[in-house]
Amino acid sequence: MDWTALWLSVRLATATTLVLLAVGVPIAYWIVYSPRRWKFLVEAIVALPLVLPPTVLGFYVLIAIGPMSPVGRAYARLVGHGLPFTFEGLLIASVLYSMPFAVQPFSAEFASVDRRLLEASWSLGVSRLATFRRVVLPLSIRGLVTGIVLSFAHTLGEFGVVLMVGGNVPGVTRTVSISIYDAVQSLDYQSAARTSALLLVISFVILAITYSLQRTVWVRTQQ
Amino acid sequence: MGPDAAVTGRPEGRPLPEHAELRVDVEQRFASGVVVAPVLDVELAPGTILVLFGPSGAGKTTMLRQVAGLERPDRGRIQFGGDTWCDMSRGEWRSPQERRIGMVFQQPALFPHLSVRDNIEYGLSTLVAAERRQRSGELIRLLAIPELADRLPRALSGGEAQRVAVARALAPKPGLVLLDEPFASLDVPARARLRREVRSLMQRSGTPAVLVTHDRTEALALGDQIAVATGGRIRQVGPIADVFSRPADADVAASLGVEAVLPGRIVDAREGLLSVQVGDTVIHVAEREPTAVGSNVYACIRAEDVTLETQSPAHASTRNHLAARVIAIAAEGPIDRVSLDCGFALDALITRRAREELRLAVGAPITAAIKATSVHLVPRI
Repeated sequence: MDWTALWLSVRLATATTLVLLAVGVPIAYWIVYSPRRWKFLVEAIVALPLVLPPTVLGFYVLIAIGPMSPVGRAYARLVGHGLPFTFEGLLIASVLYSMPFAVQPFSAEFASVDRRLLEASWSLGVSRLATFRRVVLPLSIRGLVTGIVLSFAHTLGEFGVVLMVGGNVPGVTRTVSISIYDAVQSLDYQSAARTSALLLVISFVILAITYSLQRTVWVRTQQ
Repeated sequence: MGPDAAVTGRPEGRPLPEHAELRVDVEQRFASGVVVAPVLDVELAPGTILVLFGPSGAGKTTMLRQVAGLERPDRGRIQFGGDTWCDMSRGEWRSPQERRIGMVFQQPALFPHLSVRDNIEYGLSTLVAAERRQRSGELIRLLAIPELADRLPRALSGGEAQRVAVARALAPKPGLVLLDEPFASLDVPARARLRREVRSLMQRSGTPAVLVTHDRTEALALGDQIAVATGGRIRQVGPIADVFSRPADADVAASLGVEAVLPGRIVDAREGLLSVQVGDTVIHVAEREPTAVGSNVYACIRAEDVTLETQSPAHASTRNHLAARVIAIAAEGPIDRVSLDCGFALDALITRRAREELRLAVGAPITAAIKATSVHLVPRI
């Protein structure tokens, strides 16, 4: 069993989820409440990773953060090393790759909040941002939790993007799915089976807990 | 009743203006082709209610939302109490937050995750906690709902929820309260109670209100002034009695439910009395405005103004005594509505005792008496 790889995957999934919570909520807010006609374009871009092969997404991220791009060069000058094949590079790729799994549940839940509640709040003198914080967010707990859990579980199991951007550096970019792939390549089926089973159990338990909570606690507070 | 200091809508030290003027002249065109373009200029005395009355689809709710800042007109201007709330030609726009209004919707729209008390205190975030608690306590007392204070909205009946919604709207002491058919979804007893409470709360607080309704009884029960809306426009504004007894045109008359709107022709005019030919019958009408013989008019007769007699008295001030036949009798609460055929359809509202004394029955002959001053003439266009 490759515990180092598992631990790395958990760290990566946690970091990705936190970043997506910070970035995904504003993006979902903008998608739901912006009056812009062209916001469907942003929705489409956010949803791209759902249909794009991970290798394609990984390839573009690799190019974008690599030494050929201004972003990659600027980062390298600032920090002293490049982004590809590092944890940070992997994090950027993971955030992009799991974006729809956070933004879509968030925005679906924001949009389902009764508009009359928003208007009632505005007419009581409460700003749009404060209304979002005091009314929309508390009524969107279900969607927030769904987004968080899906982002975490999705990042935990990611493979193609990691391979393209992170490579296979033990303890740095060698995540659990890469480790399984490696084990199979070297015909170490026993190790692959153990790790796979563990990943399966973890994913199942996370999802089962989430759905059971949604059925009981959150449904009760909302209706 | 004068404004009560505890619930007045003005900050300390700022005197309550005697009248606040609401001036609306806007136009908004919707994708469906509907145009809502209210024009209105009324003085709202403290604690009085302006009823915005009209049939469904007249655009009343949209007009209220324009005043609230929840709809953005394409052009025009809205002013209240000397403040300009929007002036589209100059790009001036005050958000709903800046208009200091209290809004009550048809549905209570309470925040489902907050208790009744927290709902009432929701708009008081500029106050410190103790002041918030005091203000919500006042309203909870005024509305006599202490037992509801800690409940969540889902544990309230429709009437209770709407009372909390009213309390929530009044809590920040708004300068103008906007009520969008707030009683429409309630059962009859809850409706009657909330109407009384809203009326008394408005009077206590000295806050003027605009109330949207399509219910004539509600308009009469609550309104001090009325604005009649049809087809996206405001057709007539004035004190309730004036508007109901003298509708500006046939549309207004019809939407107000002035039961009889009779097409007729002026056939004679002498000594201030007009003779109006309606079908085969001639009705005598007091001449209020010079009306030419031969012109076409609508004669509007309210059912309340029609009295019934079994025989014509020898001398009476009533000018019109029309032979009629009873078509139908329907109870409307303690009042009976008697539908008559006197050459044209006419309704009379009478008390149950009067009906019993007259021994009214369907098919019976009867005389309908109408004072010449009770008939309002609207020139036909």
